[in-house]
Order: sequence, then structure tokens, then C-alpha cells
Amino acid sequence: MSGLPVIKNGGALPLAHIPRLTPAEFAAFCKVRLTEGARLVACLAVPEGEGDAPLTLYAVLADDQAGDLLVIAQEPQREFESLTPRIPQFHLFEREIGEQYGVNFIGHPWYKPLRFHAPWPGGRDAWGRDPKRHPQIGEMTYFTVEGAEVHEVAVGPVHAGVIEPGHFRFQCYGEKVLHLEISLGYQHRGITRLIEGGPWPQTPMQIETMAGDTSIGHMSAYSMVLEGLGKVEISPRAAALRAIALELERLANHVGDFGALAGDVGFLPTSSYCGRLRGDYLNMTGLLCGSRFGRGLVRPGGMGFDLDPAMAAKMLAALGPVARDTRGALELFFNTPSVLARLEGTGKVSARDAFYLGLVGVAGRACGLDGDVRRYHRGAIYAPDEIPVMIEEGGDVLARALVRQQEVEHSLEFLHQRLTTIAAGELLVAPPPPAPDSLAVAMVEGWRGPVTHVAVTNQVGRFRRYQVVDPSFFNWSGLALALRDEQISDFPLCNKSFNLSYCGFDL
Amino acid sequence: MLKIIRERLRQGYRTSDFPKVEPLLPERFRGLPLLDGEKCPADCRECESACPFGALHRVGGRITVDLGRCLFCADCPACPHGGLTFSNDYRLAVRQRNDLLYSGPELARAEKLEQKLLSLFGRSLKLRQVSAGGCGACEADVNVLSTLVFDLGRFGIQMVASPRHADGLLVTGPVTENMHSALLATYAAVPEPKIVIATGACAIAGGPFAGSPEVHNGLEGILPVDLYIPGCPPHPYTILDGLLRLLDKR
Repeated sequence: MSGLPVIKNGGALPLAHIPRLTPAEFAAFCKVRLTEGARLVACLAVPEGEGDAPLTLYAVLADDQAGDLLVIAQEPQREFESLTPRIPQFHLFEREIGEQYGVNFIGHPWYKPLRFHAPWPGGRDAWGRDPKRHPQIGEMTYFTVEGAEVHEVAVGPVHAGVIEPGHFRFQCYGEKVLHLEISLGYQHRGITRLIEGGPWPQTPMQIETMAGDTSIGHMSAYSMVLEGLGKVEISPRAAALRAIALELERLANHVGDFGALAGDVGFLPTSSYCGRLRGDYLNMTGLLCGSRFGRGLVRPGGMGFDLDPAMAAKMLAALGPVARDTRGALELFFNTPSVLARLEGTGKVSARDAFYLGLVGVAGRACGLDGDVRRYHRGAIYAPDEIPVMIEEGGDVLARALVRQQEVEHSLEFLHQRLTTIAAGELLVAPPPPAPDSLAVAMVEGWRGPVTHVAVTNQVGRFRRYQVVDPSFFNWSGLALALRDEQISDFPLCNKSFNLSYCGFDL
Repeated sequence: MLKIIRERLRQGYRTSDFPKVEPLLPERFRGLPLLDGEKCPADCRECESACPFGALHRVGGRITVDLGRCLFCADCPACPHGGLTFSNDYRLAVRQRNDLLYSGPELARAEKLEQKLLSLFGRSLKLRQVSAGGCGACEADVNVLSTLVFDLGRFGIQMVASPRHADGLLVTGPVTENMHSALLATYAAVPEPKIVIATGACAIAGGPFAGSPEVHNGLEGILPVDLYIPGCPPHPYTILDGLLRLLDKR
């Protein structure tokens, strides 16, 4: 398999250059590369015609050490042998494709719907449901544990709290959780289908609201896709501003998470302070673009808003006291033994499980998995920077908190540096129309982890398929594993330590 | 303990003086549109096709913005003649869907609740929030109201866990097909009399997802709405302003 085409983050390549392997070659290649340390970042199906046409599978693998992305394809088929038993990282991708196109992955050990939508064009449903009707949400066979004293606790979709909907089934023996199954799809808006045939005028706003707390992360990835397909590079200035926006988004969310963790262990000082501080970071983004969530800030080809020296000075001045208060709130949190006692050893995920499930971002790094797009697949945004390794080994709630602490500290310094001198260059140069018959991959390290977008264009350069992989896609499985053998009362704490997106998963 | 007290003193008092003092919003904040019909060339209908969310219409020579559909986009393409810009005015909540059809200069801002409901809820309003396909941003800006900056509790308003304990629903999201029945079930579980608050462009008319076969384009035809809070997402002060108007506290 020499001559395998390699692209960098944000790159694109013609579909004709992607090797089409036989199923056996495809499986062997993935097995070897994914065992050797590459990570499966995306897997999608593209139909080769209307209706029940055969599907070409594309897989994108990231080789962190080389900073490369490998793209391979499998000969078109209507039925597939599941790779999940050998390579568990495929488990959700196969379910996703099965649900979208009504195909089977033979041998998949956990073959169930993911988001509960009717199959896309085609007359078949993978589970034999009526393909013309919208399936009933949550209607599937749940894993159950049998036993005289075993009981089941069902929670959601509407939870106690201002939070998105999802359904959780706990199999419990007394207080102890034997197994947790998480069933989502309640937020499914069908976004990726709305994008097909585009880019449309609505597309940027739909991308920004895929996961509202990661507007900047998703919009940066989408912008990189269009820049890659248009073969343009953004200016150093636009790249610097994107980095500032991304780190502000990271800070707001990480600090908010500390507030939530503190609240769940009953440590009110940090909970109160962080609730306020989170807003202060959001307001800085608001200063930049008028929207606390960065709507309209990132645009393909650059940025929608500039940061003039006066505004940069204002932000720097605001950052000083906010950074001080953030460090104060975190110091209190980590110096309080009763807090640490609740975090340590709770919700542990082993490094092995994390690797096999492909956990990413904060959750992956807390299990010792050294993956960070900012460090290994920098692209234009982080090109001038050396991002340190920020990992922990514990795999528990404490480790996830400590990774966030490292990142908060790093982001504060990073912001200070970037706001002091902002590179020169054009703010926005709209990219030319996307190249036809191509595939582009863009990854951005959002605050939860890598946000990955993959676009496949048709012969006139419109989106034939658009796949979005939010970090939550991988990490919900991590939360389910973290609960094994835990007390059910620790669920809120474990959940906050992951703080995953429902809408980012449901799309 | 001493460390906690020291940090408490450092962090200081942070609750805003709203509503006595108006909030200071960033210059680039996009609130109530400013419409300048003078700039419209005769018979120009460009805005009707330029807004990707169909928020604009030209009726009888005047531009009408449907604030329920408007996402307050930074790069609003609607009017190439400069007839539409955004002001800094965050007070956008109204009681009737029709009041969102805004053609300036005055917006029919939300009136207080009817006397009977006001006497019941005026001093204590408990709301159950339901996210029916939201992106999490409206939810975040509702959540933030309970932090010490806004301190929702001082107005007698509280978000509660159970619909049985609630006086009404605060709905976000375009109502996905997959949340439709859960939303109706939650509404049914709230005891009468009850109110419904549509928060954000999605809950009002589907927001950026309007037209998707997986969503219902908001609450219209699903639940009766007592308060509409536009925005994508609405600023926390926009939400708070709406709630306080409803309770006759502004």
C-alpha cells in the first residue's frame, strides 16, 4: 500500500486519489494503523447513486506523531462485515451509517439506532422498521441485567435541571451501578442533511448551532473545510484571532465546569465564583463580536470581526482580574481535602478502555492518551505555538479536573501573549468555490476535544456529504463505562466531569 | 477556612443592580433592529429574498422584520442599501406572536400577566425548563440567570426540577420530532393555571433549523405561548427583562 495519499489538517484531495480497498484490505489496514497508535477520526458512507445504491465507505485516520491524516476508501457495497469486534473505535460509526442508509454491519455486537430518524433515501431500514415512518424515539432493546435484587433506574429525556434531553438506563444492584446505557437522539435536527447540496446561505448559522457551546470550534472546522476545498490559507492575523476566540471558548466552558463540579460536591465558594467568571469570559467574546457565544465571529476565509489595538488593550485589562479570580477559585477547589476526597477514584476509566473506545479531548487526556489537535495537527491556527502536553494518568473525575486546570492555566497565558501582539494580515478573504469531486478534512481542538468535519463534494463543487464528529460522539461511551461499579448517586458528578454535548452528538 | 474567607473577600460582591441600573452591553451587541425606510428604493424587495430565514418583508413600503425569525446575524445580508442595522436595545420580549412583526419605531414590549395570574405568580414564579432540540446556548443563558450576577431568586423566580412543582414551562429549541411527545407530557404534568415562555428563535419559529423535516418549527400550533423572547440566543438580560415585565416588575 505504498503511495497512500496523505493530507494535513485542513487539507483536501480529489476523490480519485483515494485508494479503494477490498473489505479485507480495508480491515487489515485499519487494524494495523489503529493498533500502532493512529486514531480513527471519521468514517462515513457516500452512496454511489439514488435509492438503495451501494455505499463507498471512507475512513480518516490521524497519525499524531507525523501530523498526517490518512484517507482510505472501501469498494462500494450494500452490506458490510462489522469491524467493531476487532476495532471497537468503529462501533458508533457503523451504527450511524446503518441508521442513515439502512444497511447492515454483520457481526456488530451492539447494533442499535443512534439518533432515531427514518433512513435517508432508500426503501430499507436496518432494523426492519417501516422506512416511511419516523421511528419512535428510544424504541430499541436495552441491555438488561437479570437477578432477583437487580433493579433498573430510567432517567430522562427531561432531566432535573436546565439541561438538554437524553435517556439513561442504569442497571443497579442496590446502590451499585452494574451497567449504564445512554440513549440519545432527542436533539436530532437533521443538520448534516440540511447542509447537503450546499454550502447554503443558512449553513453558517446551522454550523454555529450544532453545539451552541462550541460555536467557535464548529465554525472554525467548517471554515477550514471551505478553505481547504478552495485551496486558500487564512492570514496570520485571522489565524491569531481564531486562536483567541477558541481559547476564550475553552476558558468559559472549563471554568463553568469547575463551577458545576464544585456545585455537585457541595463546595459552594468555587461554584459561585466560577458561575460568575464563566460569564466574564463569555462577555469577552461578546466584546469581540457582540455575541457571547461567538456567533458571526469566525467566517470561511478569516474572521467576521477585527480586534483593534484599543479593544485588545481593553480585553487585556479585563483579563487580568478575571485570571486572578479564576486562579483563586481553582486554588481553593484543589486545596480543599473534602473536595479532593469526592473526586479521587470516582468514575475511573482505564487507559485501555479509553484507547479502544477512542476517547478524545479532556476525557482522553485524563486517561493518559496524548492527543491534542493544537499540538499534533496545528494547521494555521496554532502554527506559531508550541502547545505543551497536558495529560493526567488517573482516568477519574480528579484527573479530568486536573487536565482542565492545566488547560485553563495554559489558555490564560496563551491569551495574554496573543492579545499583546496580534499578527498583521487581511481579516477576511472569501475563499473561491469548493473544488469538485474532493474530500476535505478539518480538525479543531474545541474545549471538549477534537471537532472534526469531513466534506465530500460532487462534480460541481457542492456538498455531496457532510460529516460532523463532535468529541461527544466518542466520549459518551466513556461516561457509560465510568459509571460501572460506581454508586448511582455519583452519576451527576461523573456526568459533569465529562460535560458532554447532547446536541453535538444528535446533530 | 481562613483561606475561603480571604478568597471570598477578594472575589467581592458581584450581583448586578439590574433593573435599577441598565446593563452595559458591548458596542457590537445586536439588539432591536433599526429600520430606515428612507433608504429603500421604490419597489425594492431584495430583503425578502436575501434573508436566508425569511425574516423580512416589505409591506406597504415599510420593512417589517419578524423578530421571531431573525437570528440577529452579524453579517446580515438583508439590505444592501443600509436600511437595516441593529441597535443596542436588548429589550425584545413580547406577549403576542404578531407583536414580533416589527416595523419600528416602538416595539410592543411585553405587558404584565392578566390580573388573576399575576396575583398567583407575581411574587413566586416557578418554571420548568424544557430543551426541545436546542443547541445549548439558550439553555446556557437561562442557566446563567441563577448565578450570583443575575440572582434570579431575588425576583421570586426559580427554575424547578419537577413539572409538578412548576407554574409554567420555559421552552427552548425548535421542538424536534424526537422531543415532541416528551414536551407535551411535561406540559401536561404542570398543574393549571400555567404559562409557557418561548425562549429563542428556535422555540418561536424554528430558528436556523426551520424547514428541517426533523423539527416542528417552534411552539406554534403545539402549545399556547404567553411570552416570546427573541434572539439566537437571547442575551440573559433580554430573558430577565421579559420575565420581569411579565411579573410587572419593570
